[in-house]
Amino acid sequence: MALPTTARPGTLAPVGAGAPGTAPGTAPAPPGRGRSRLPRALHPVAWWAWALGLMVAAARTTNPLLLGTILGVLALVVAARRPDAPWAGAFAAALRLGAVVVVARTLLQLLLGPPIGIGVAFRLPELALPDWMAGIRLGGIVTWESLYVGLCEGLRLAVMIACAGAANALSAPSRLLRSVPAALYELGVAVVVALTFAPHLLDDARRVRAARRLRGHEEGRLRGFARASGPVLDGALERSIQLAAAMDSRGYGRAGTTTVGERRVQAGLVLAGFAGVLVGLYGLFDASAPRWLGWPLLAAGALVALLGLRAAGRRSTRTAYRPDPWRLPEWATAASGVLVAVAFATATWSDLAVAVTPLAWPAAAVLPLATVLLAAGPAVWTPPLPALGRWPA
Amino acid sequence: MTAVRFDRVTVAYEGADRPALRDVDLVIPEGELVLVVGETGCGKSTLLRCINGLVPHFTGGAMTGRVLVAGRDTRTHPPRELADVVGMVGQDPIAGFVAEVVEDELAYGMECLGVPADTMRRRVEETLDLLGLADLRARPLATLSGGQRQRVAIGAALTSHPRILVLDEPTSALDPGAAEEVLAALQRLVHDLGMTVVLAEHRLERVVQYADQVLVVADGRVQVGEPAAMMAGAPVAPPVVELGRLAGWQPLPLSVRDARRAATGLRARLRALPAPVADPLPVPAVVSGPAAVEARGITAGYPRVPVLRRVGLAAGPGEVLALMGRNGAGKSTLLAVLAGVRAPEAGTVRVGGHDPLALSGRALISTVGLVPQEPADLLYATSVQRELAEADDTADAAPGTAARLLAALAPGIDPSAHPRDSSEGQRLALALAVVLAAAPPVLLLDEPTRGLDYGAKRRLVGLLRQLQAAGHTIVLATHDVELVAEVATRVAVLADGEVVADGAAGDVVRGSPLFAPQVAKILAPEPWLTVGEVERALAVPG
Repeated sequence: MALPTTARPGTLAPVGAGAPGTAPGTAPAPPGRGRSRLPRALHPVAWWAWALGLMVAAARTTNPLLLGTILGVLALVVAARRPDAPWAGAFAAALRLGAVVVVARTLLQLLLGPPIGIGVAFRLPELALPDWMAGIRLGGIVTWESLYVGLCEGLRLAVMIACAGAANALSAPSRLLRSVPAALYELGVAVVVALTFAPHLLDDARRVRAARRLRGHEEGRLRGFARASGPVLDGALERSIQLAAAMDSRGYGRAGTTTVGERRVQAGLVLAGFAGVLVGLYGLFDASAPRWLGWPLLAAGALVALLGLRAAGRRSTRTAYRPDPWRLPEWATAASGVLVAVAFATATWSDLAVAVTPLAWPAAAVLPLATVLLAAGPAVWTPPLPALGRWPA
Repeated sequence: MTAVRFDRVTVAYEGADRPALRDVDLVIPEGELVLVVGETGCGKSTLLRCINGLVPHFTGGAMTGRVLVAGRDTRTHPPRELADVVGMVGQDPIAGFVAEVVEDELAYGMECLGVPADTMRRRVEETLDLLGLADLRARPLATLSGGQRQRVAIGAALTSHPRILVLDEPTSALDPGAAEEVLAALQRLVHDLGMTVVLAEHRLERVVQYADQVLVVADGRVQVGEPAAMMAGAPVAPPVVELGRLAGWQPLPLSVRDARRAATGLRARLRALPAPVADPLPVPAVVSGPAAVEARGITAGYPRVPVLRRVGLAAGPGEVLALMGRNGAGKSTLLAVLAGVRAPEAGTVRVGGHDPLALSGRALISTVGLVPQEPADLLYATSVQRELAEADDTADAAPGTAARLLAALAPGIDPSAHPRDSSEGQRLALALAVVLAAAPPVLLLDEPTRGLDYGAKRRLVGLLRQLQAAGHTIVLATHDVELVAEVATRVAVLADGEVVADGAAGDVVRGSPLFAPQVAKILAPEPWLTVGEVERALAVPG
């Protein structure tokens, strides 16, 4: 046991023969195919770039063939590279949520949407609305066309949700946190803690419901829920406070060498930059937005954010344990996602929007399909996952 | 060298009628293992939290005097600025986890402190070995058992190389085996690495032999002394000490090993006496009647990982059946199935001739009562008084029934207090009173002694015996071997979801190195289990 108890953080223990600079993780990886196939987890940013790329593509099309292909690609990659961990269920959960969204979107279209086309499918009782709601229609004629449009629009939303689910299943949100720049780290932790709050709340709710049964209270779900919400929230709050105390005790939020003023300027730069990036992304997603809102704002925002992050990162005292390496498979995975996104955002393929009038079987040209299929590559070229060992024990 | 110094420290929380700590003067030298004992609510946790600055920076309250930790004043150093010298392990490890997998959790503190990457890598490996966690390095934290979690939490505090490690009840939720693992790891830290360890623990029988100093906190005041001296006069003590006092051993032994050496004479004397009268009441004759609880072929759990595999159990009126086994063996699941809050995948359950799943409301609570591991789950009124009134109401009992039960169990609870503000022991008492108001013939208890001090435990034992004498069937899941020796008539040991042993309490417990109570270990091969049995046997003339 060679643990020097008096060593301050930051000092290296005397190592007999070891030469400095040969520590694992710091040496540059020699390039080569063999090395990239060692089992390891892919960099979470690569997965997110890939998934967001597919999400952009899905947002740009309503063609069910293309959407279905994207969904297939997602499922294939998740099946191939999903870790055996609790958060890996995120993809299945996203699919279930997607199914609900498709149904809801279609119903909305049928009830509220303007009538499209001529093929009357059936007739719903129409609700007479007062004059001041003139533009809105409730019920009435339902056409095959509007049914089809509703389904396609719903499918598009569902596929976008599935993209987020796939990213979550492939890498835990807290792993992504490790790649968050130092300047945003504390913000990131708050977000992740908030994200893990919901599952805990569900657990608590289940426990309290069982306890109410033990107390002999038998009431409807809704009433029971209302009466149980007190203890559930109490418990969740208590746990959050415990977590905060534990994090404080372990050095979270230690002041580095930065002054308050410096921190504010850096945070301002970063936030402004990210606002620019967000608006830019909106411009890209929304085909009707002005062109200058897209790429230029995205690039400018990214630049400002990077400047702020670099300034803050230089002063931060945080270090990262075993940072995920960024090697060829990461480049390839992120690139495949970006490529699909760029192709769908800029190309003028006619098959992206589905043909409604006249109603026709959707068609997709080879080029868009092939682009989407490219994003299935990570199922093959990413390294296999390390074994976790048997669990639960 | 001094690791921690308290200078006339007084801590008062807002709204409390008296300070949590009063005029505490204390010096903890480096390299000692200090055990903090005291009843629940005596200020133990406040004392521990003063050491890393959580009091007053995080909890609020007014603090006078000062605490110096490795030369730093906690008034000017918040917990995060003390993180490199003090490691803190809270009562509930899972609540303090930040990362998703074991390795990342171990590294988290170092990342915050800015330890260089190569040093971090080395320390994580050393800590994995030190605590026997190497096989679990990539496991998601949510999939670990209680003992594994506790070891990860200790490891996570250790990697920052603190000079002082503070632990709040590190073994209270652990089975005997896991508790021994954790304590062995702590002892290694103190002996091999010269770390200062301060730990609070109710289960003295587990830790007192390792302590260099014992710190007794009572009503906000602190007394310090050598373990043997403090134990000789302590109102409550582990069985080994009580036996030592009974036999008049000098010096007072604190470990089973020392006691065995001293006990040669006592063993010889006991050998000549008739076999011990069982401390738990003998099972009344009614037991030959129909079983009050019967489970057959119970399979339950998750599809991929069954927690219970075809478990069969039965207990009759007047029986106290203790379920034992390591953390995660399926004890809590079995109780939930017996109480009808969880449907088994296969198998049948009969409680008082009914399927508990089919019962509900008053019919359910007057058939079977379950006090879950977290008794607070059962409580949701805003005051103790209302909780009791509601219990009478749902059970259709005479008004005041629950209140009378509570008074017998834990006298002196303020009826207007909020249930969540009371101590662990008081909450358990309240939950028990609420459940017993409906007078269920079958009572199920999940880890009833977790977090209880000796006084509360003694009252619980008294109540369980009364219930048993009145013909109730009691099934309890517990890690507390001393409780089992005191009250159980039968013990069933679960492992991996199967019953691996089922028999009279004495036979099962005596034969096991892990589940044997201290008295049995000291007096083996003589068949004595508790100090009470020995005392009665010796009192008989001849």
